[in-house]
Amino acid sequence: VSKHRSTSDPRQPGELDRATLALIHEVATAVKTAIDDDRLPEIHLPRRNLDNVRYDAKTGYLELLDGEKHRTLDASTVKTFAQTLRLMALCKELVEHGDFATKREAYYVSKNWGECRFRDQPESDAVLDDLEALASTRGLLRDELRFYAEEHGGSVAGELTVIDVEPESGGHLEIDCRRLGAGAYSIPRSVEHLQFESGARFVLAIETGGMFQRLSTHRFWERERCILVEMAGVPTRATRRFVRRLSDACKLPVYCFSDCDPYGFANIYRTLKVGSGNAAHVNRFYSVPQARFLGVTPEDIVTFGLGDATHPLEAGDVKRAKDALSHDPFFQAEPRWQAAFEQLIQMGVRAEQQALAKWGLNYVIEEYLPKKLAHPEAFLP
Amino acid sequence: VACVMHGKPAVTNVSPAIAASRSAAEPATPAAEHRAIAVSEFFLKNRHLLGFDSPHRALLTAVKEAVDNSLDACESAGILPEISIEVSDAAHATVRVAVEDNGPGIASEQIGPVFGRLLYGSKFHKLAQSRGTQGIGISAAVMYAELTTGNPVRVLSRTADSPQAWEFVLSLDTRKNRPDLHKKALVDWVRPHGTRVELELEGHYRPGPHSLGAYLEQTAIANPHATLAMVAPDGERHTWQRSTDALPARPVEIKPHPHGVELGQLIAMLRETSCRTLSRFLREEFSRVGPATARRIIRGSSAGLTERSRPGRIARGQAASLHRSIARTRVRAPAADCVVPIGEAQILSGLRTQVDADLYFAVTRPPAVYRGNPFVVEVGVAFGRPGRIGLEVRPGGHLAVLDPPQHTSARVPDAGQPIQLLRYANRVPLMFQQSACAITKTVIDTHWHAYGLDQPRGGLPIGPLLLLVHVASVWVPFTSESKEAIAAYPEIQRELRLALQICGRRLKAYLNRGERLQREHAHRMQIEKYLPHVGVALQAILSMQDSDRDLAVARLETLIERNRQI
Repeated sequence: VSKHRSTSDPRQPGELDRATLALIHEVATAVKTAIDDDRLPEIHLPRRNLDNVRYDAKTGYLELLDGEKHRTLDASTVKTFAQTLRLMALCKELVEHGDFATKREAYYVSKNWGECRFRDQPESDAVLDDLEALASTRGLLRDELRFYAEEHGGSVAGELTVIDVEPESGGHLEIDCRRLGAGAYSIPRSVEHLQFESGARFVLAIETGGMFQRLSTHRFWERERCILVEMAGVPTRATRRFVRRLSDACKLPVYCFSDCDPYGFANIYRTLKVGSGNAAHVNRFYSVPQARFLGVTPEDIVTFGLGDATHPLEAGDVKRAKDALSHDPFFQAEPRWQAAFEQLIQMGVRAEQQALAKWGLNYVIEEYLPKKLAHPEAFLP
Repeated sequence: VACVMHGKPAVTNVSPAIAASRSAAEPATPAAEHRAIAVSEFFLKNRHLLGFDSPHRALLTAVKEAVDNSLDACESAGILPEISIEVSDAAHATVRVAVEDNGPGIASEQIGPVFGRLLYGSKFHKLAQSRGTQGIGISAAVMYAELTTGNPVRVLSRTADSPQAWEFVLSLDTRKNRPDLHKKALVDWVRPHGTRVELELEGHYRPGPHSLGAYLEQTAIANPHATLAMVAPDGERHTWQRSTDALPARPVEIKPHPHGVELGQLIAMLRETSCRTLSRFLREEFSRVGPATARRIIRGSSAGLTERSRPGRIARGQAASLHRSIARTRVRAPAADCVVPIGEAQILSGLRTQVDADLYFAVTRPPAVYRGNPFVVEVGVAFGRPGRIGLEVRPGGHLAVLDPPQHTSARVPDAGQPIQLLRYANRVPLMFQQSACAITKTVIDTHWHAYGLDQPRGGLPIGPLLLLVHVASVWVPFTSESKEAIAAYPEIQRELRLALQICGRRLKAYLNRGERLQREHAHRMQIEKYLPHVGVALQAILSMQDSDRDLAVARLETLIERNRQI
């Protein structure tokens, strides 16, 4: 059994903090200099619109182009201008004090800013996304700005030892994901500092908690020598970053196992593989380009006789499928996916992962997955 | 009011009753005299036609006729008019009116006919712009006064070359249409020249939009060279001071234009001319007709007429053919210098002096022609309460908020009210029959929505707008002899429409600017609200002193004011 172990983290916290502070200082200085020179100050931020996003099959994720927006001192933009600067001041304070704020906390901090406060969290999230996009141009993540998401990652079980850092001593803490009994390893909010040791052959990213539980309880990971990751719907950034780092570090292929419906394809799998359209500035960190789609595919419905365990496609499903075909740069670049969507629309049905239970509760372990895993080259890209 | 009867009758737009009395002014034949009796009695029985249909309106009409005459007389003598009007209550339901001017005075032999004979006037037969035209007005007032109170008129008049004034007390003999003299004497008068008319008539003084005061105020607006003063029955005195010393230009007298002549008028002119040939008649009795045009007119008629035909021998059928030929022949438009508009500067002067508003402008159209009569349309605009916008751009781009004016006596309507429309013909305010007037119709037909004003369907627009509309012409076509509404000739309505559209566009530009300033002000308030936060953030990030922070914010504020376009 060959074991992969990730090398030490190339991202040095001290250096990243210095880069973060330098960025903040630079933006503020540009504003101050403009005022001193009798020019109207501007803050230049990457444009996060979809028209500034491109899918590059070579890199394998949706990426931001260099379109910029200029935040000026207009009646319509001055408030956001001031809020951007105040959030940067908060960011500086957090970095200097080694503290952090969740996005919701940052929103509440602004409540002490008088007129300048955010009306609601979407407003503060939008400005945070702008800052994150700006930081991403310097290779900095939101975590480095010390703004954390509320959401944590999914669960992990299988052939993997996660090496964490003990907060007290700074020493290593090894977590063996085979020995967690009925439980599972929970991916933390921030995964940058983790190291991995694994003898697995692949990572199986599973849409539903129910399916994860079945495969985990029946030690499917032992039988197929793999790592099970529960995505619980559209994977969070933490889950995506965890899978990405794990896959990069241990050179493992990633197979996605979701429902056979437009949401499973266009939202869950697409986001896992190439990232999300409205956070294109960070997709290069949070996408898993090496992911491939195991199933359930429209063809599987035929092959595995699931026809009478399907549900009809709803109008919303069809619209989602057509939108993916006509607008999504990833699917437009992949003819096999277009064929799969068209087949699904033509069949007019969808099938859940659990539909396999029609042939027995463990049919998925005994028959479906082994048969599929025998031909990984047939997985959808 | 120098009134000399001369020349030939030139009746155009007059009712049949007046047209019938045409030759009555010449008491040469018994037949004519018989008709003259008819006309005085006709008006006596139809006094509403002349504006004496209610006690309130009768007072206004009497004063109006006297003031019109005074203004015309002063202007023709080159005198800046100063006119005072005194109204006092006499016996039950009657008022005593005195109108006194500083005009040139009236020669003694003309005082009788001017005040005691209908259709005796200096202006009716002239084609020149003036206020009065028909020679009815003041004598009708005399007639009405005597009818309702039995009291004659007292006239005091002195010309500059006379050491004393003539005092006449007279009434109008309605059956003979001639003055009935009660007293004639030379008396001392402090005025070096001028005329004073005193009447006692059944009348009623009442304030309001059609009051004597409103009439005088409107007269003052359109006649900024005149000073008017009024003493009301309650003893209160009001004066409208002149705002300019420039007298209006003297209108030039013109001959009728061929295209403005009716067949009956043409026949009368042919009969009465002293010209011996038709060609000469056409050239000398009409404007804009030379030998070539005369030849074309005569050749165009089919009744065997030649250039040498004698005018006096032309039969009715031949005249009709000639009249048709005139209509078919191209004739140069009449000269326009016979029409004297108030002028944009004078309208502005009048409006600014009498009306408090935020925006003033005036438009004088170039002269145009209807039925051979030159005319000019003018529109003056006073809009908004003073300081309506309340913002002002200062040097350096600073947008200053102005204090609301302390005292507003603005006569522009309130924002939610219909606009105030002041109609004028030859500088005379038209106080009644607003809805029958071509001016009103054209204002209503203008699409004020497009210019930023609300307008109910078929109504005057809504807004703080005072609109002055003036039609000046050698012959203003009124719908009746009381001269309160202008007839809707397409040519006149077209000029009115064009002038109103120009005003509408300028109003829209002003409203847009106001809106722009208010929007810009709101934007700046918004910007300035957040600038301190930029300062706070910069201070936190760059570790600045409080004083540096405040300096940066102050600089930013100046910077924004300078850089924003208004």
